[in-house]
Amino acid sequence: MIPELGHFALIIGLAFAVCLSVIPMIGVLGGNQRLITYAKPLTFGMFAFTAISILILAYCFVVDDFSVKYVASHSNTHLPYYFKISAVWGGHEGSLLLWVFSLTAWTMAVAKYSRGIDEAFVARVLAVMGMIAVGFIAFTLLTSNPFDRLWPNVPMEGRDLNPLLQDVGLIIHPPLLYMGYVGFSVAFAFAIAALMCGKMDAAWARWSRPWTVGAWVFLTLGIAVGSWWAYYELGWGGWWFWDPVENASFMPWLIGTALIHSLAVTEKRGTFRNWTVLLAIFAFSLSLLGTFLVRSGVLTSVHSFAADPSRGAFILFLLAIAVGGSLTLYAFRASNVTTFSRFALYSRETALLVANIILVVATVTVMLGTLYPLLIDALGMGKISVGPPYFNAVFVPIMSLLFIFMGIGPLIRWKKAKKGELGKHLSLISVVSIVFGLAFPFVYHGELNLLVSMGMALAFWVAAVVIKEMLLQAKVGNNKGFDFSRLSMSQVGMTLAHMGIAITIVGVTLVSSYENEVNIKMAVNETVNVSGYDIEFAGIKRVEGPNYSAEQGQLNVYKDGDFVALLKPERRAYRVQTMGMTEAGIDPGLFRDVYVALGDPLGGGAWAVRVHYKPFVRWIWLGAIFMSLGGLLAMLDKRYRRRKKAKEAEKVKSENASEASIELQPGTPGVSS
Amino acid sequence: MNKLIRFIPLILFIALGVVLYRGLSLNPQALPSALIGKKMPEYQLTQLKDESRVLTPADLKGKIVLINVWATWCPTCKYEHPYLLDVAKDPRVVLYGLNYKDERAAALEWLTHYKDPYVYSIFDEAGTLGLDLGVYGAPETFVLDHHGVIRKRFAGAIDTRVWQREFLPLITELEAERAKGI
Amino acid sequence: MLRKLVLIFVSLWFCSLAVASPVDTYVFEDEVTKVRFQALTKELRCPKCQNQNLADSNSPIAADLRREVYNLLDEGKTDTEIVDFMVNRYGEFVLYRPKVNSLTYVLWFGPAVLILIGVLVVVFILRRKPQVKESQALSSEQKSQLNDILKDK
Repeated sequence: MIPELGHFALIIGLAFAVCLSVIPMIGVLGGNQRLITYAKPLTFGMFAFTAISILILAYCFVVDDFSVKYVASHSNTHLPYYFKISAVWGGHEGSLLLWVFSLTAWTMAVAKYSRGIDEAFVARVLAVMGMIAVGFIAFTLLTSNPFDRLWPNVPMEGRDLNPLLQDVGLIIHPPLLYMGYVGFSVAFAFAIAALMCGKMDAAWARWSRPWTVGAWVFLTLGIAVGSWWAYYELGWGGWWFWDPVENASFMPWLIGTALIHSLAVTEKRGTFRNWTVLLAIFAFSLSLLGTFLVRSGVLTSVHSFAADPSRGAFILFLLAIAVGGSLTLYAFRASNVTTFSRFALYSRETALLVANIILVVATVTVMLGTLYPLLIDALGMGKISVGPPYFNAVFVPIMSLLFIFMGIGPLIRWKKAKKGELGKHLSLISVVSIVFGLAFPFVYHGELNLLVSMGMALAFWVAAVVIKEMLLQAKVGNNKGFDFSRLSMSQVGMTLAHMGIAITIVGVTLVSSYENEVNIKMAVNETVNVSGYDIEFAGIKRVEGPNYSAEQGQLNVYKDGDFVALLKPERRAYRVQTMGMTEAGIDPGLFRDVYVALGDPLGGGAWAVRVHYKPFVRWIWLGAIFMSLGGLLAMLDKRYRRRKKAKEAEKVKSENASEASIELQPGTPGVSS
Repeated sequence: MNKLIRFIPLILFIALGVVLYRGLSLNPQALPSALIGKKMPEYQLTQLKDESRVLTPADLKGKIVLINVWATWCPTCKYEHPYLLDVAKDPRVVLYGLNYKDERAAALEWLTHYKDPYVYSIFDEAGTLGLDLGVYGAPETFVLDHHGVIRKRFAGAIDTRVWQREFLPLITELEAERAKGI
Repeated sequence: MLRKLVLIFVSLWFCSLAVASPVDTYVFEDEVTKVRFQALTKELRCPKCQNQNLADSNSPIAADLRREVYNLLDEGKTDTEIVDFMVNRYGEFVLYRPKVNSLTYVLWFGPAVLILIGVLVVVFILRRKPQVKESQALSSEQKSQLNDILKDK
C-alpha cells in the first residue's frame, strides 16, 4: 500500500508540474496577475509531493519491503541502515527520483528567495523549471518507476547493494552532484525567461548569478568527492580516468565556470549578454547530455547504470525539446543590440572573454574525445578507444593557457587598463613564478623536471596574482596599512576560489610526477621500502563485518626508524553478492599519502601487496574545497542578500535609482536600450 | 550575417542529436575481430583426446571451417552445446573445437558427458592460440573459408536464431565464392 | 532478448571480479622496465571490460594480457612492438591513445583548430564597431553612486 502511495504522490507531483508549466505562462502572456501568483503555490505542491514520494521510497528501504522490485535489487536485511537510505540512489530508478527531487527543491528555492525580482519574470522562470520537471517526472513514471512491485513471489531477502557502493562516498557524492547538475537548470530557466521577454540586461545577470554560483559550488564538491571516493575505494590509487561519465560531469563544470565569469561581466558592464545566455543554455544542455550518456548505454563506462537504449531514446527526446527548443528561441530572440559598451584590447573584459573562449574550447575538446568512438562507430568505420593518454595530452596545454590568463584577469582594470599598470604589478610576480617553478623540482626531488616546473610556476602565478589584488584592494591610503573589512565577500570569494585552482594544480602536478607504485610478494615480517617509507607486513587478521567477512592485512609503516602508522587493508567477501572486494589501507597526510592494497594470497602465508606513495594528492581535493568556499562567499555577498525591512526598502530604492541611471539612459556606456 | 551565426549552435546540436540517435542502435561492447581477412595464425598444439598428436593449421581441413572456443568453466558453453550438436550435422561446415585454458581431464569428462560435436578439439592449455586469435571470452566461434582465411568471429553463444542471423548468410556467400572459383 | 541476456552472461562471467584492483607480483630486471610495464598496462585497454585499462582490470583476459606484456618486455621487445602485437590481435580498440591516421585527424588536431577559431572570435569581437551615441553627463551624485557600484565586484 505504501509504495503505491509513493507512486501516487509522484503522479500528483507531475500534475502540479504540468499546471506550473502552463498556468503562470498563460498569466504572463495574458496579463492575468492572479494566474501569475499561482506559480509559487504550484511550485510548493510539486516540491511537497515529490518529497513525499522519495521519502516513501526511503521508508521502503528502511523497513526492508522486498515486494518493491527496486528495493529487492539494491538492499538486504543485513545492510547497515545508513546504506539502506543511500541505496535509494544506488540504482537507475532511485537516482532518477533523486534528480527529480533536486529539481523540485531548486524550484522551491527560487520561488522562495526571489522577492527582489519582478514577479512576472519569476513566474516565467518557475514555469520553465516546471516544464523540465514534467519531462523528467514523466520519464520516471513511464520508463523507470522505482515503485514497481514483485508480485506474487515476494523475495525473503534482497540482492544487496553493490559492495563498491557500500561506502560513505555513495552517501554524499550523488546528492551533491545532482544538486549541481540540476542547479544549472535555474540559470537555464533564467536565460529562457530572459529570451522570452527580451530582458537580458545587467539586472537579469545579477538575479541569475547567485543561483548559478550555488549550482557550481555543488558540482565542484560533487566531482571532488567522486574523485576522492574513487581514489580510496577502487584500490588503483587513481583519481581521474576521463571515463565518459566523469567527463559528463566535468563538461558542465567547465562551462559553468565560464558562465559565472560571463555573468560577472554582464552584471557589471552590461556586455556579453548573448554569450552569457548561450552559456547558460549550454551548461544545462551538458547536464542533460550527461544524463543521457550515463543511462542510455551509448558509451561504455564503469559508472553506467543498467544501460537501456529505449530509456536512452526517451532522454534524447527530452534533450531535443529542451535544447533544441532553447537554441531555437535563442536564434530568434537573442538581443539584436550589439555591444554598446566598448572596451579596450587591454581590459578585464578581454581577459574574461579569452578565459571564456578557452573554457569552451576545453569543453568541446573533452566532448570530442568522449564522443569520438561513438562517432567513428556510427559512421561504420570501426571501433577505437579514446582514453587518458589523449585527454591528458590535449587538456593540459589548453588549461595551461587558461592559467596564464588567470594571472591577468584579477589585476587588470575594467574597460581600459591603465598604461603600464599591469606591467608594474606583474613583472615581479612573473619572474618569481618562473624562478620558483624551475627551482622547485630541483629542491624537492634533486633533479630538473620541466613538467613539474611548468605546473608549479603556473600555480604560483595564479595564487600570487589574486593575493596581490586582494592586498591592493585592502590597502588604506599611503601608510601601508591594510583594512580587510574593505573587501567585499565577492572579492574574498574570488580570491579563495582562484587559490583553490592553484592548490589543485599543485596537487595534480606533484602527484602525477612523483608518485611511486610497487607491487611485491611479501612474506610475514618482510619489509619493503617505497620512497623513503619502510612497510612491514605483519600478517593477516580475520575480521567480520555486518554483511561481509574479511582478511585484514596488518602493515606497519616506518619512516627513518620511527613508527608512522598501522595500515589495515582488507580483502572482503560480501555474503550476498559474493563479490570479492578490496579496501585500501591509507595513511593520509597533507603532504603525502601512503596507500596499501592487498592482492591474492600466494601460499605459505605470503601475500601480494601493492604500495603507493602519493605526494600532495590531498591538495587536489583541498583545492576543490577552497573553490567551493570561495563560491559560497561570493554568493553571500551583501548585494544579494535581503536585509531587515527598513534597510531593505532604502537599499532597493537606491539600487533602483542607480540601476535606472545605468539602464534607462541610452547612450551612456554600459547601457542597454 | 549576425542572424545566421545565431543558428550555428542549433545546427551543431542537431548534428550531435543525429549521432546520438544512431548511437542508440549500436552496441559499444561488440568488438570486431582484428583478424578478419587474415590467415589462421600458426600453432603447434596437441589434440585434446590424443596427447601425442600435434596439430597445426594444416589439419583444419574443410571447405568451410568453424572453430568453436569452449571450456568447462564457461557456463554459457553448456547452454550453447546442444545447438553445436546440430551444427555438426550440417554438411556444409566442419566443426572443430578449441579447448581454451582448461584441464584435459575435466574437458574429456565434459565431452563424454555432454557428447562431442567436434571433429577434434585443440587443447590450448595456456591460451596462446586464443591470445593469437584475439579471444577475450568464451564461447566464441570463428569461420574460416577454404583458403584458411578467417572471415568472421562471433562472440557469444550460438542458438537457432543466432545461427540463422549471423552464420547462414556468410555460409551462403562462401559457397558462392567457391563456386566462382575465388 | 535472449541474445542480450546471453551476452550479459558472458560479459558478467569475465567482469564479476572487476571490483578489486589486481596486484601482480612481477619482478623486473630494472626500474626502467618496471616503469615501461606500468605505462604500457595503463595505455592498453582491457578488450572485454567496462572501460578499464589492463593495469586495473581484474578479469582473466586482462591478467593474461598483462602476463603477455611482461613476457614481451622480458624478450626485449620495444614498446612499439608490444603495442603492435596487441593491435594485431585485438584491433585498435585496445589503444587508449588512438593512432594518428586519417580517421583521427579531427580528434588530434581538432583542439588546435578550435583554439585558432577561438582566437579569431576574440579578434572579431574586439574589432566590432560599437554603436555608441553621445554620452550624457551624469550628475555628481549619480557619478558617485555609479563609482560605488562599479568598484563593488
